[in-house]
Amino acid sequence: MVAGTDGLVNVLAEVVRWLSDATRWSGTNGIPARLLEHIGYSIGATVIAMVIALPLAFWIGHTGRGGTLAVNVANVGRAIPTFGLILGAFVVFGLNLIPVYIALVLLAIPPILTNAYVGIREVDAEVREAAEGMGMTGAQVLARVEIPVAMPLIMTGIRTSAVQVVATATLAAFVGLGGLGRYLIDGLAQGVQFNVAARSMVIVGAALVALLAVLTEFLLDQLERIVVSSALHRERALGPAEPAESSNAPIVT
Amino acid sequence: MLLAQSRPFPDWEWLSRSRNVDRVIDAFMQHIELTVLAVLIGFVIAAPMAIAAVRWRPLYKPLLAFTGVLFTIPSLALFVLLIAFLNTGLTRTTSLIGLVIYTLLILFRNTAVGLDGVDPEVREAAEAMGHTRRQQLLRVELPVALPVIIAGVRIATVTTIGLVTITALIGQGGLGQLFLLGFQRRNPTALLIGFVLSVLLAVVADLALVALERGLTPWSRARTVS
Repeated sequence: MVAGTDGLVNVLAEVVRWLSDATRWSGTNGIPARLLEHIGYSIGATVIAMVIALPLAFWIGHTGRGGTLAVNVANVGRAIPTFGLILGAFVVFGLNLIPVYIALVLLAIPPILTNAYVGIREVDAEVREAAEGMGMTGAQVLARVEIPVAMPLIMTGIRTSAVQVVATATLAAFVGLGGLGRYLIDGLAQGVQFNVAARSMVIVGAALVALLAVLTEFLLDQLERIVVSSALHRERALGPAEPAESSNAPIVT
Repeated sequence: MLLAQSRPFPDWEWLSRSRNVDRVIDAFMQHIELTVLAVLIGFVIAAPMAIAAVRWRPLYKPLLAFTGVLFTIPSLALFVLLIAFLNTGLTRTTSLIGLVIYTLLILFRNTAVGLDGVDPEVREAAEAMGHTRRQQLLRVELPVALPVIIAGVRIATVTTIGLVTITALIGQGGLGQLFLLGFQRRNPTALLIGFVLSVLLAVVADLALVALERGLTPWSRARTVS
């Protein structure tokens, strides 16, 4: 099962040897630099997607206009091959960050938009009417009632997107940029099956990307708990919100 | 701007040069083949897992967690790890293993939830009619759960169509080969053709599965009409 004639122990020993080289830990191709680049692309793309998608979702959810679009954008988004988008944008815009951000932002928008929209839409009509009856303006209803109640789903959308962005940011390396994808793309180019150093490099790169994705999921899950409970605490009179996501729900969108 | 060559865009003549049409057709067929095989194999693995999880409930959470962790592994990282750890190299098998792994979470979860959602009264009625456990599953539970199961198959299929393009980096790729070609030769036409066909394939596959669901569950149509 394990590559070639090497046993798993040998493979791991090679990985440790690869890691123990001091050059892996400094310079532009060192692990800290590549990790920071990767985190930089990921945060940048997720934040840009939030800035675009959240106001749009709030507006669509609050007014009820364009709801079909907000739901379908998630399905369309899934059909778009991000790899083709990055390479296409590279052929058009050349070697800079624009292609990567175009692809990652487009990847991140659908889950944020759809979840935030559904969250706002699902706010109990009676709750909304009660807020209006108290003399709140539309903006106040949105800011003080709808957004806090929708917070679990809003956060779920952001988390889903962020994890996908972290995973996909590896493709930036293919168009000559940095990030942890460098180790994967360079390793592949050097021949993972024949070259021990290349194999160690891709194993380290893959493990780091996977760890970063899992860590992103975990941290945003924790953040979700904090944000949701404080949002609900403030609006306690409204009663508990629906649970954000139950592991018993089928995946439909 | 790399585009600033004298080539027109889109350059339809590219298609007629040096058998590029064949190249596009081959890539398209490979894309369909990889997708169909991955979703079929994925379902063959996920369905028994789901049936087991519905019968022995303690299995559900661990299986969900396991397939969930597999789903979280970034695709390029998984494909590269498969190359590093398996003897299969840059073959279709390696790509298929990776693609199948990504279908498992969605197919398992939707099949299990669908089966679990069957009304206990329906189940009891089937039992009272003298159905054995197997007959119950095949004639009653699976058909009733079909809409949720097919919803899962739709998502798995569309997701797989996107992932197949990534396998271009490990020697396969379907339409992803056209992305690579367009990238390496700075040929936006090849990229555009690959992109459009890939999106089109996803949309057509999704619509076909919706039609399949309608065809297989005539009773749900009758219900919405009445």
